[in-house]
Amino acid sequence: MRKIISIVLLGIVALGIILSLARIPFGVSKTKVGGYYIDKGREETGAANIVTSIVVNYRAFDTLGEITVLFIAAVGLGAVLSTRKKHKREQDLEPASLVLYTGCRFLFPLILLFGAYIFIHGHLTPGGGFQGGAIVASAYLLIYLGCRGRRIPEAGTKVIESLAGLVFVVVGLLGLSFGGYFLLNFLPKGTPNVLFSAGIIPIVYIAIGFKVGSELAGIIDNLMEESR
Amino acid sequence: MIFVFFLILLMFIAAISACIFRDLISAVIASCMVSLMAAILFYLLQAPDVAMAEAAIGAALVTAIFIIAIRRTKRYEE
Repeated sequence: MRKIISIVLLGIVALGIILSLARIPFGVSKTKVGGYYIDKGREETGAANIVTSIVVNYRAFDTLGEITVLFIAAVGLGAVLSTRKKHKREQDLEPASLVLYTGCRFLFPLILLFGAYIFIHGHLTPGGGFQGGAIVASAYLLIYLGCRGRRIPEAGTKVIESLAGLVFVVVGLLGLSFGGYFLLNFLPKGTPNVLFSAGIIPIVYIAIGFKVGSELAGIIDNLMEESR
Repeated sequence: MIFVFFLILLMFIAAISACIFRDLISAVIASCMVSLMAAILFYLLQAPDVAMAEAAIGAALVTAIFIIAIRRTKRYEE
């Protein structure tokens, strides 16, 4: 009964969303700024991927805010979970079978490489720091699930996370000192579609990739530690 | 086009069954399926960035976090 009521309530919410969105035409530019980004984004930022040129160049300050939100969430989770005593009962856990163990160890570097590719090539191909970081974190999740006993050093993730955040802010401050505003793209833009192009965008996206990856891996580490 | 409607239908079925299942692990897997279908739909709508984020976070990490939480609590809803 309760479930049927909840499904009906969800249906009413969905109907409300559909009715409010139905009036807005789909795929039509409502503002001028979208067309401006599509027309000028590539030459102004040097990034072939327009989404990246918006996320890390035009709206880089918002991205810094997003990173901060994720950071606060990870710190809050760590603070809540670390108040309890960590118990180590790893001996009575059944070890994974050889096939699973070897398979996880074989797949782990490949997934890590794929995540690194996604965030290093963020300005050229779809994807970027957030997606790459999430893929890196899922590689660590695989290790936690398949190879019991192996874990990431907690201090290492914290150091990487802090350094990556620092790189982002320092790049922003360098832009402030060179050109007068925060996160200015002060490096040469180079030719588009080349790996070393688009100024600060690859640097910032690599920093975001490391930061998101280590944060999500830290969250998984906290939860797995707690669940043992 | 038929493929898209098939995906949307699968998504609906998975979403409703996620509400109905008493076994919470099954419910989590069903919600993971919703995320996967959404990721494929995002890809078909030419948003590969969003598809990647949805697949990595919605399908992998959130599912894992839910399963870890279920392991700490009860598996069956009463």
